[in-house]
Amino acid sequence: MTSVLVFALAGVGLIVLGFYALLVQRHLLRKVLAFNVISSGIFLLLAGLARRAPGAEPDPVPQAMVLTGIVVAVAATALALAMIQALRAATGRTWLGDDGDEE
Amino acid sequence: MPMPLSGAEWAAALVFVPLLAALACFLVPRAANWLGLLAATLILFATLGLVRGLLGDGPLRVAVGAWAAPLGIDLVADGLSAVLLLMTALVGLGVSAFAPAYFAEHSEQRRWFWPLWLLLWTALNGLYLAADLFNLYVMLELLGLSAAALTALSGSATALNAAMRYLFVSLLGSAAYLLGVALLYHGYGTVDMVLLGERLEAGAVASAALLAMVAGLLLKTALWPFHFWLAPAHGSAPAPVSALLSALVIKASFYLLLRLWLALFSGLAGLLPTLLPELLGLLGAAAILWGSVQALRQRRLKLLIAYSTVAQVGYLFLAFPLTGVQAGEIAWRAVLYLALAHGLAKAAMFLSAGGLLRFAGHDRIADLDRAAQRLPLTLTAFVLGGVSIMGLPPSGGFIGKWLLLEAAFTQGRWGLALVVLVGGILAAGYVFKVIGYAFTATKIAQEGEAVPLAMQWSALLLAFGAILLGFAAPWFWPLLEVGAPFAAPLAEIGTEAIAEVGAVSEAAP
Repeated sequence: MTSVLVFALAGVGLIVLGFYALLVQRHLLRKVLAFNVISSGIFLLLAGLARRAPGAEPDPVPQAMVLTGIVVAVAATALALAMIQALRAATGRTWLGDDGDEE
Repeated sequence: MPMPLSGAEWAAALVFVPLLAALACFLVPRAANWLGLLAATLILFATLGLVRGLLGDGPLRVAVGAWAAPLGIDLVADGLSAVLLLMTALVGLGVSAFAPAYFAEHSEQRRWFWPLWLLLWTALNGLYLAADLFNLYVMLELLGLSAAALTALSGSATALNAAMRYLFVSLLGSAAYLLGVALLYHGYGTVDMVLLGERLEAGAVASAALLAMVAGLLLKTALWPFHFWLAPAHGSAPAPVSALLSALVIKASFYLLLRLWLALFSGLAGLLPTLLPELLGLLGAAAILWGSVQALRQRRLKLLIAYSTVAQVGYLFLAFPLTGVQAGEIAWRAVLYLALAHGLAKAAMFLSAGGLLRFAGHDRIADLDRAAQRLPLTLTAFVLGGVSIMGLPPSGGFIGKWLLLEAAFTQGRWGLALVVLVGGILAAGYVFKVIGYAFTATKIAQEGEAVPLAMQWSALLLAFGAILLGFAAPWFWPLLEVGAPFAAPLAEIGTEAIAEVGAVSEAAP
C-alpha cells in the first residue's frame, strides 16, 4: 500500500463520514463539526495526493493551499457558531426549523 | 481625455477598492453611507476603465505585485468577466443608493450591512478576475460567508433559520468544489485554468472532478432540485440584500460553472461530458416550470420574486444542451444576456418590494391596496423589471430569450423552445397577479408610510437599465468577443505565459 493510497483512502473516508454526519445529525453544533471533518478530509487529499514522485521533495503549493483552506474553515466555523448562538437566542432551538412563515 | 491608468491597474482597483472600503466602513460606521456610495462610484468608474482597456488592448492577465503564479496571484479579464463585472457595478451602485434610505430606520443593521456588502463585492469582483481554481475557491468562500451573514442581518427567527441553512448549503457547495480542485491538482499538477485546459484529458480524475465541482456549484446556484434554500433566504433578508443575493450572488457561482465548462470540460470526450449538458438542460427546464408555478402560488411579494429567481436560473442552464453543435455561440450569448437582464430586473423588483414593504408595512400581495396610484414610481420599477423577466420587447430579457429561441430552432430542439415560451407566459401570470392587486382597493383602506425618493428612484433606474439593455446589444457583442471566451478556452490570454513555460522547459535539458 503506497502512502498516496493511504492518504487517499483516509481523506475519502473522512469526507464520507463527515457528509453522513451532516445529513443525520440534527444539532447544529454537530453539523458544524461534520463540516470540519469534511474539510479535514479534503485537506488530507490535497496535501497527501500532491506529492507524486516518490523520494522527490514535497510540492509546497498544496501546502500553501491547505493553510489558506484552514484559515477559511476557521472563519466559516466562527460565523456558523455565532449564527447558532443567535438562532438559539431568537428561537431557543439549536436545530434547523421548517422554513414556513414564522412571522 | 487620455487614461492615466492601464487595464491592469483598474483590475487591481476592482479588488482593492471594495476591500479597503469594507474595512473603512467597519472602522467608521458613522461615515459608512458616504464611504459606501463613494466606493460604489469608484468601482463603476474602474469597471468602465477596465472595459475600455479590454476593448482597446484585448484580454488582460496581470501578476499582482509582480509575484508570479503558482504562489502569486494572477488576475485575468476577458469579455465574459467584463460583462459580469459591469453588471455587478451597475446593480451594486443601484443597491448602494437604495441602502442609506432603507437602513435609516434600522441603524443597527446599517452598521453591519456596509462592511459585509463591500466584502461581498470584493469577492464578486475577485471571482470574476481570478485566474486559478484555488483563488476562485477562496473568493467563493468569501462570497458565501458574507452572503450568509447578510441574510441574517434582520435578526428575525425566520431570517436566522434561512441564513443558517444557506450557510450550510454554501459551505457544502464550496467543499465539493475544493474536492474537485484537489483531484485536478493531483492529476495535472496545476490549478491555473489555462494550463489545466491544455493538460486535461478524459478519464477518471477529470470525470470525478467534474462531478464534484458541478454538484457543488449547482447547489450554490440553486438549480432545481437544489433550490430548496433559495426562497427562504432571499425572501427573509432585508430588501437590498435580497436584491444582491438574487441579482449577483447566484450569477457568481453560475459564472464559475460556465467558466469551468468552457475552459476545462467542454472539449472532453467521454460519457459524462456528453451527458451532462443534456442533464443540465433538463434540470433547467424543470426549474423554469416549477419555479414559475411556485411563484404564482405565493402570497407574499418577496417570496414570489424569490421563486421567480428559481425559474430564471433555469433559463441560464438551457444553453448547455444547445452549445455542442453549430449555433452554439448564440446560446451562450443568449444566456449571458439573460443573466445580465435578470440581474438588473430582479434587483429592481426586490428594491421595489422593499419600497412597498416600507409603504404598507407588509408584503402580502392581496393587500397591496391601490399601491399603483399611491406609489407610482415604485410600481413602475416593478412592472418594467417584470417586462424584462417576461421577455417582452424591447427589454434585455427579450433579446436573451429571442437568441435562446433562435438557437433552439436552429437545432430543432422544439422541447426547449416550448419551455422558454411557457416560462414567459407563466412569468406574465405572476407579474400581472401583483399588478392586478396593486390597482385594486382592499376593503379596509390602509395608511401608507412615505417612501424616500432615493429608494424609489434607485429601483426605477435599475429597471430602466433592464429595458435599455434591449437597445444595447450592438455595443455589447464587441465587449463579449474580447478574448473569445466562447470560442477557445481562454487560450488567447495565456499563450504568452505558456510560450514562456515551453521555452524554459526546452532550454532546461
